[in-house]
Amino acid sequence: MLNLLWILLGSYVVGILLPFCLPRRAEVQSLSAGVPAVVATSAGVVLGLLGLTSSGFITGSLASTIPLLAFTIRIDPLAAFFLLTISLAGLAASIYALGYVRHFDGRASVSTIGSLFNGFLCSMTLVVLADNGFFFLIAWELMSLLSYFLVVTEHEKTEVRYAGLFYLIMTHVGTAFIIVAFLILFQGAGSFSFEIFRHPNQSLPEGMRTLAFLMALIGFGTKAGIVPLHVWLPYAHPAAPSHISALMSGVMIKTAIYALIRVYFDFLGGQFPWWWGFTVLFLGATSALLGVMYALMEHDLKRLLAFHSVENIGIILLGIGAGMVFQSYGLKELAALGLLAGLYHTINHAMFKALLFLGAGSLLYATHVRNIEEYGGLLRRMPWTGVFFLVGAVSISALPPTNGFVSEWLVFQSLFLSYQLPTAFLKLMLPIAAAILALTGVLALACFAKAFGISFLALARSTQARHAEEVPAPMLVGMGLLAAFCVVLGVAPMVMLPLLDRVVAPLAGISIEGKVLAMDGWALAPVNVEFSSLSTPALSLLLMALALLGWGLAVTFGGRLRKRRYKTWSCGINLTPRMEYTATGFVQPIKRVFSTVYQPTAKLETEFLHESRYFAKRRHFEFHIEPIFEKYLYDPLVAFFTTLADRLRVIQAGSLHLYLTYIFVTLILLLLLAV
Amino acid sequence: MLQAIILVLAQVTVLLAVSPFLVGLIRKVKARLQLRRGASVLQPYADLAKLFQKQPVISTTASWVFTATPYIVFASTLSAGLLVPTFISLNPMNFAGNIIALVYLLALGTFFLILAGLDAGSAFGGMGSSREAIVASLTEPAMILSIFAIALTNGSTNLSTIVHRTALLEGTVTDPSPQLMALAALFIVALAETGRVPVDNPATHLELTMIHEAMILEYSGRYLALLEWAAGLKLALFLSLIANVFAPWGIATTAAPAAMMIGLLVYLAKTAALAVVIGIIECMFAKLRLFRVTDLLGVAFILGLLGLLFFYTLRS
Repeated sequence: MLNLLWILLGSYVVGILLPFCLPRRAEVQSLSAGVPAVVATSAGVVLGLLGLTSSGFITGSLASTIPLLAFTIRIDPLAAFFLLTISLAGLAASIYALGYVRHFDGRASVSTIGSLFNGFLCSMTLVVLADNGFFFLIAWELMSLLSYFLVVTEHEKTEVRYAGLFYLIMTHVGTAFIIVAFLILFQGAGSFSFEIFRHPNQSLPEGMRTLAFLMALIGFGTKAGIVPLHVWLPYAHPAAPSHISALMSGVMIKTAIYALIRVYFDFLGGQFPWWWGFTVLFLGATSALLGVMYALMEHDLKRLLAFHSVENIGIILLGIGAGMVFQSYGLKELAALGLLAGLYHTINHAMFKALLFLGAGSLLYATHVRNIEEYGGLLRRMPWTGVFFLVGAVSISALPPTNGFVSEWLVFQSLFLSYQLPTAFLKLMLPIAAAILALTGVLALACFAKAFGISFLALARSTQARHAEEVPAPMLVGMGLLAAFCVVLGVAPMVMLPLLDRVVAPLAGISIEGKVLAMDGWALAPVNVEFSSLSTPALSLLLMALALLGWGLAVTFGGRLRKRRYKTWSCGINLTPRMEYTATGFVQPIKRVFSTVYQPTAKLETEFLHESRYFAKRRHFEFHIEPIFEKYLYDPLVAFFTTLADRLRVIQAGSLHLYLTYIFVTLILLLLLAV
Repeated sequence: MLQAIILVLAQVTVLLAVSPFLVGLIRKVKARLQLRRGASVLQPYADLAKLFQKQPVISTTASWVFTATPYIVFASTLSAGLLVPTFISLNPMNFAGNIIALVYLLALGTFFLILAGLDAGSAFGGMGSSREAIVASLTEPAMILSIFAIALTNGSTNLSTIVHRTALLEGTVTDPSPQLMALAALFIVALAETGRVPVDNPATHLELTMIHEAMILEYSGRYLALLEWAAGLKLALFLSLIANVFAPWGIATTAAPAAMMIGLLVYLAKTAALAVVIGIIECMFAKLRLFRVTDLLGVAFILGLLGLLFFYTLRS
């Protein structure tokens, strides 16, 4: 198994270096980066599965001369699960990239993108494998920096540079908090080794533990995109090339989920007051709802998907938060269920979000526009992309029998079991979180009905959409792979759940496989079959059988009448794309109903004909949504720091003598303090 | 196993057979209250038969989603219907999904209906889709809360289990107020989900008022028949849900033929009574403006929440 680890890391290194050594032809370069990535991610999938099924841990280490830093690697079930998630999404993205990167030929260096792509995947892998705090931070920083470079691939555009800068600042503020959290843990353990962090008898006072909790929540929360730390995400994720967006949104933000579970359940021993869990739950519910609400108003397909990542991180946190609440009251089975639901949604989200981003990339490849108002009718032009995107849309809307439904169902169940909690407050709060989850689910449905309906159905709304062509085969294979995973993880949850149970069992201290899977694995029944059960295999069979029944009824009653094709009746005039419902029009009622959240402002300017005010020459309409967090939270913060910097400028006068005086005074002060 | 298959088939038959009758009954009640004679109660059956025999016309702009949607909607509504007990409380499909699965199966149909509304490219369809999206998103939270109130009082989220326990008086009903609140909430939800007055009007084709009808405006022939049947099935589903969850008495609790016969008759009587109530409501109220529907569904949400609050305050 150690050999496999070497293949994994070695292929990544090859993938990083090779693109620069070969001739500068786009085809050669996409292959030179893509093939090692495919090998490495395949190795990652196998290694992840081995780590999830084998009984022992895989560990390895490399000596280092720097004190406190050791390049130790450990693949326990938790790390293996995230390795599997990263590698599965990475595999699809690297196959997809073989076709997609040629799109950048002439606009950006294909070799740089390929090399950074391998480096980015490698750094994410190292983040989840690292078993030393110092090493972890290095990998984390590499991951952030490499993704930054990928975000600014198209740096000639102003908005891309802005997105990159925003991302760079936010991610480093986040890292600062993570460092503080690790330093607190270091203080308790006296070492940066995770092995000692997780030692149960470490002596951290309650206050310090709470501080570590908060610091980790803010630090990793920034990466995960928890509201209100999500603001960078809708800028940075869409700016990168689409296969990178897929990895950033589908997988990179999951490393933060990994780290949160690692810190709370592993390092802090899973013993904490109830309000920790409640905080996570509350943030999860807020992120889920606000994420989907902002996504609904977005008509740039990639930004829409980025906002949905905020939503899905919220759903994952609902599961983990519920698990934490149960854990703090010693309800181990329920804690395990909550964690299991959160983790299942983690891998599901990685699959369908990566799929949707790759789909968005295909649309971009074929039409060169990102605004869904300029698509339309693409299902005919790009049938396969359309089908795969539809699978992704159905999955993310949590509709049965796809994977999103199974994991959201599990989250619902864990929230519904709140009646076993001792306090009335929590008993009531968890069902309300379930109601919020229900609202989130339906809004996501509306959002993807909009995204798919406006983009792929009806008439083409622009010349680009009218002339779009299906994307090359490698891109279709990448998307098809993920679409297949979406269906398999939904229809056959009994394949994934035993593996997840192995991840959760050491964290929650109890194995619930026998409880979750009933009827020889054909049904899910958390706690017991009497309380709740779900069998997606049965439901999918039922759906197919009944659809056949419907067809049978049609044939029996009506015979095989030929269909007639005729144009849509549009009150006597010819149908044009301008008559179709637009995305803006589609979400208008939702915008109006939830206007307290959106604070919409609309502006209509009309320029009349000179001769008569009955005829308009030109009308200009625009509407905006108030970006609440940016306006009321970030703008004041930025203003504060700018003012502070202005004030501090007086001490930086540009005189060397003055600076020498500062150093001198500091030295004197330090000496005085030392005495 | 054989018994289970027979029961499932019986359930499918009952739902398919009863749903047009319920639609016809509501129309008849409305007609009589408006001092009209009205068509026969059996008219919907004739309508369906006629529609199946008509040649379907498909818009040239529509894609395969448009033709697949009727089958998906039909299948998802009917499979949701199989999770609800009708004449026997021991539903063989109980293991396949609980009430959340039911909600999401219905959502699957809604999703494809919304897509189909957009597919023909006419402005009416898009308008219906957009309105359906907002109504659905406001209905679902209320539904989940009322479901949870019901589930708590019965210790289960599986419909068949809930009905079975209530029918055998296994639950200790010390105070019915949580159930009453949940019932009121679920009734409003049922009106919204099945597209009834005051949320939507199934008897209109006026663009200002329609939601469901606008989405299926471009359908004809067998596709329209399947969609109409599915709409009827959804109505039957919600009526069975209300009838059997809140008043399961008379339902067969064993698979004995005599009990099942009585169960079937009682089921028909109960759903017919509910259909009459809906018919009366449709006559008494005007359809609400779209943005007033929010308030109505807000009330349903609050009722569901009150059901929960009552449960926790009265039982602890």
